[in-house]
Amino acid sequence: MKFTLGWLKEHLDTEATLEKLIERLTMIGLEVEGVTDRSKHLGPFIVGHVIAVKGHPNADRLNVCTVDTGAERLEVVCGAPNARVGIKGVFAPIGTYIPGGDFKLEERAIRGVTGKGMLCSESELGLSSNHDEIIELDAAVQAGESFIKISGLNDPIIDIAVTPNRGDCLGVLGIARDLAAAGMGSQTWPYSGEEVGSFPCPTSIDLRFTENTINSCPLFVGRTIRSLKNGVSPVWLRQRLLAVGMRPISALVDITNFITVDRSRPLHVFDADKLSGDVHVRLANQGETLDALNEKVYPLDSEMTVVCDDEGPIALGGIIGGIRTACDTETRNVFVESALFDPIRTATTGRKLNIESDARYRFERGVDRSGARSGLEYATRLMLDMCGGEASEIVAAGIEPLDSTEIQFRPDRVRELGGLDVPSSYCAVILDKLGFQNKRTEGVWSVQRPSWRNDIDGEADLVEEILRIKGYDTIPVISMSGPKSTAPTLNKFQRRIRRTQRLLSVRGLDECVTWSFVSGHWAKMFGGGKKDLKLENPITEELSDMRPSLLPNLLSAVNRNVSRGYLDLGLYEVGPQYKNDTPDGQQTVASGLRSGQFTPRDWIATARLVDTFDSKSDAIAVLANLGVTTSHLSITPDAPSWYHPGRSGTLRLGPKNVLGVFGELHPSVLSSFQVDAPVVAFEVFLDNVPPQKEKVGKAKLPLRNSDFPAVTRDFAFLVPDLVTAESLVRCVASLSGKDKSKTIFSAIRLFDIYVGKGIAKGMKSMAFGVTMQPVDLTLTEDDIQRISQAIVAKVTKSTKGQLRE
Amino acid sequence: METKQLSEEIRDEFLSAIEAASEISALESVRVAVFGKKGRLSELMRSLGGMEPSERQAAGKIFNSLKSELTEALEQRREELESERLLTELSRQAIDVTAPVRPERNGTIHPVTQVLDEVAEIFAGTGFSVAEGPDIETEFHNFTGLNIPPEHPARQMHDTFYFHEKSNGERLVLRTHTSPVQIRTMMAEPPPHRIIIPGRTYRHDYDITHTPMFHQLEGLVIDRNIHMGHLKGCLIDFARKFFEMENLPLRFRPSYFPFTEPSAEVDIGCSVKDGVRHIGLGGDWMEILGCGMVNPRVLENCGLDPSEWQGFAFGVGIDRIAMLKYGIRDLRGFFDCDLRWLKNYGFSALDFPTLGQGLSR
Repeated sequence: MKFTLGWLKEHLDTEATLEKLIERLTMIGLEVEGVTDRSKHLGPFIVGHVIAVKGHPNADRLNVCTVDTGAERLEVVCGAPNARVGIKGVFAPIGTYIPGGDFKLEERAIRGVTGKGMLCSESELGLSSNHDEIIELDAAVQAGESFIKISGLNDPIIDIAVTPNRGDCLGVLGIARDLAAAGMGSQTWPYSGEEVGSFPCPTSIDLRFTENTINSCPLFVGRTIRSLKNGVSPVWLRQRLLAVGMRPISALVDITNFITVDRSRPLHVFDADKLSGDVHVRLANQGETLDALNEKVYPLDSEMTVVCDDEGPIALGGIIGGIRTACDTETRNVFVESALFDPIRTATTGRKLNIESDARYRFERGVDRSGARSGLEYATRLMLDMCGGEASEIVAAGIEPLDSTEIQFRPDRVRELGGLDVPSSYCAVILDKLGFQNKRTEGVWSVQRPSWRNDIDGEADLVEEILRIKGYDTIPVISMSGPKSTAPTLNKFQRRIRRTQRLLSVRGLDECVTWSFVSGHWAKMFGGGKKDLKLENPITEELSDMRPSLLPNLLSAVNRNVSRGYLDLGLYEVGPQYKNDTPDGQQTVASGLRSGQFTPRDWIATARLVDTFDSKSDAIAVLANLGVTTSHLSITPDAPSWYHPGRSGTLRLGPKNVLGVFGELHPSVLSSFQVDAPVVAFEVFLDNVPPQKEKVGKAKLPLRNSDFPAVTRDFAFLVPDLVTAESLVRCVASLSGKDKSKTIFSAIRLFDIYVGKGIAKGMKSMAFGVTMQPVDLTLTEDDIQRISQAIVAKVTKSTKGQLRE
Repeated sequence: METKQLSEEIRDEFLSAIEAASEISALESVRVAVFGKKGRLSELMRSLGGMEPSERQAAGKIFNSLKSELTEALEQRREELESERLLTELSRQAIDVTAPVRPERNGTIHPVTQVLDEVAEIFAGTGFSVAEGPDIETEFHNFTGLNIPPEHPARQMHDTFYFHEKSNGERLVLRTHTSPVQIRTMMAEPPPHRIIIPGRTYRHDYDITHTPMFHQLEGLVIDRNIHMGHLKGCLIDFARKFFEMENLPLRFRPSYFPFTEPSAEVDIGCSVKDGVRHIGLGGDWMEILGCGMVNPRVLENCGLDPSEWQGFAFGVGIDRIAMLKYGIRDLRGFFDCDLRWLKNYGFSALDFPTLGQGLSR
């Protein structure tokens, strides 16, 4: 909402400086977004009197004008068609900064004639886009006078952000009222004259609504003004409108725009001679259309309020007028409308038809319920003053809706809720200045809101009114002191996420945050694509489905990084994926991938490409870090379809609970992401990880160390191809502690798997070392022999393999 | 010849011989020439037998002293030669130590995670816990419960992501803010409440300063005697701790949100120098968050009696405060996974924010 300081001062009698007013506006909730002081750039421009014009010797379209600047007579080159002897224009001396063109005026020859300055157009001053003609000033001004002073452009423009509840502050009057309440002077009484009509209004109004829809337009007042002349509005009015970003059109239109900004009271003028019959207001019929003033044709439906004459719609109520009944310079008789339109219906219609207008903006935020008639009177006065003519009596239909809202207000609440001690007498003063009617009784007041504050509907609103006028800055600050709790801020699951993030970063992966959505194509490829997880209004087709997995977005990231020249990546994300649209369908998953080489090439060791065991290692590390006993995990070679079927696995705890999957990604998945490099990935389902057992106290398990040295023995077996590493290790582990010496196998380490030369087809060689930790004796060679034989016997039996000698 | 003079002659001769020996083998020859069977010192020692007892005692003392002096000199020289030899040998093993070390991968923590950890740390110790809720929400939790009526502009298509209407007429949304978790918390558990709610939020907007997904942090305090003074205290303390600036200026100005009454927006002090914004003293203000006392209607919607319970709520953009604190210019970079961005703006896994060690380095 823009207005000028001068405009404000028409409603506010104040001694306050601009700085003070700005500061106060922000602190009462009308945040100042900017102040434009046009005098900054326009200061050097002065009035120049054109006293002679002759043709340019070398250019047909240019003239050389002699300009009296008050101090001297200078020749300037000018191409404007209206440059002629006798006019007074805006003169820029050499060296002046020209704001409209963003350059500094220099002395230079134009086709051989050197001008000593410039006569300016509105566009060169940055006032409008008109660059064809130079500005013509009133004949009464004196050459040499400061342009800024005589034009009124030294009036600073203030731009404030008005929150949606404050429709009343979409008018300068409302802003002045707030400032006055906040001690910034006193509000001056707005024009409140009434024109006695000299003839009955020839146009009648009819509101054609049912009881259920009468809210659409509960009140409509209007009057005819006849024999007027619509011309250019006076300079002050045009300047006001220009200052707040509105284009002056004609006196009649300018007046309605002016009152819209001045009092947040939208009006409309119809050319009465173009009306066919009387005016009525109703909901539109399906299929009707309106040719609007913005030269667009809008299809209407039965939820939209229209103002009509006998031929059909002539305006969309509270939004925009129609072109058929529009005023122009030929207009002699007008019918002026001032009505109340329902905020919700106005908003819905405006949104449906995508029409932004100053009227809609105000009606949907709520206008002063009591302002329709006084707005019409003000418009009448201005029209009679500017355009002449004769006003009719007012015609009205409907009534101003009654507001029976009474708010029970306890002044104590200002302290209890607002934390500020404001004497109740002072509360009363503030409410009074803001226009509230206040019946004071002991303890509880009964407060009625003013006709322009429909947003106020509870005690808390009144507390806010008093606090904001008093100033939030006066509320004493109290630090929060906590209850004496030993509980951490994060719960166990949240801490699990944090641990996982820190772990994966320590393991060399970079944490990413990616969109929660993916394209329908990727969703389907990764097991999703169901309708309940598709957005009705996605931002693009690429982001249409809630993701069933984090991997597609990470793979897209690989693709982007590779195309930037970064091939060796380790990326992860801990975030949501979606199984269905219920809260339980949202799972928290730690997913990551590695691509290209495990570490960059170096001179010490040969670089290697990432492989399945890197991703398995990541997955297991995540689980171990969350307290899972990883030796209890069962690992099976079945992973979802986006993994390489022969190089991937699933990690389970028990037969059903899937904690994670890992492996090389399926080559066809990679190629659909246009990724050439090998990529291995893991997904760990954090919700499925069983919580760690509650312990009593924080003490760790006591350390039980054997005093006897451990011994390691290596074994190599030739086993059938189908024997898995896991089954071999489990088979050996089952003997731990079983020997009569109670020796524990503290480590079983597989160090070689070999298939190829020297090994029969269908067989493979696996070698492992077993670390034997005796409990209460030193192992003798006999003991070691006995234990080793047991291992060989067990492995041979259960794998159908044989010891390699 | 005098015994003493003889001893000194031998001493001088062999000390220079020891000094002159440049290899272990040469030193060995010197040793043999002194201490060997036919060595000079051995000869001297043998000569003691032919001396008068009175003479012998004095000479013995002199010879013993000579013996230990030469032994020590030999030993010292041997060590010198040994270490020279070792040095020569080790010098031959020299490598180019300027060659690079084995590469290691150093991962990073995303700024959003880091800032969330910082926030959790700031609120620790004042009884706050972290609450969470689903991204896919009902219209009730996201709007109606929060006093946002159906005709409110925020509920229209252009702001909110909607899912397809179900056969029962229900239409789910992607939450547009973390505030629905306020409703969930208040409906699920009895007051008092002290929670912070971080999470992903979604709005139908995509340009230089908006992304369709972003992160919010919500705070909710419900108790019997909580008022705006506490709200100010809580947020002033939070902002100063978060930006690690004791004197950070803060300004509370009236604003409007359907779910709070009174409502406020909070600005922090800043200054703009050469197009770069600096947080702190400087005359300018920048909005960082919205807050207010929970609207009594919201409390009623959750089944709480507003005459008994009251409190405040606030919401702040996590990505935004991360950008401000760490000088990150473009929001879109947060979600692009550009390795260079991650390495530049990410944090070391060891940079765990704590109040004891400071939130950031």
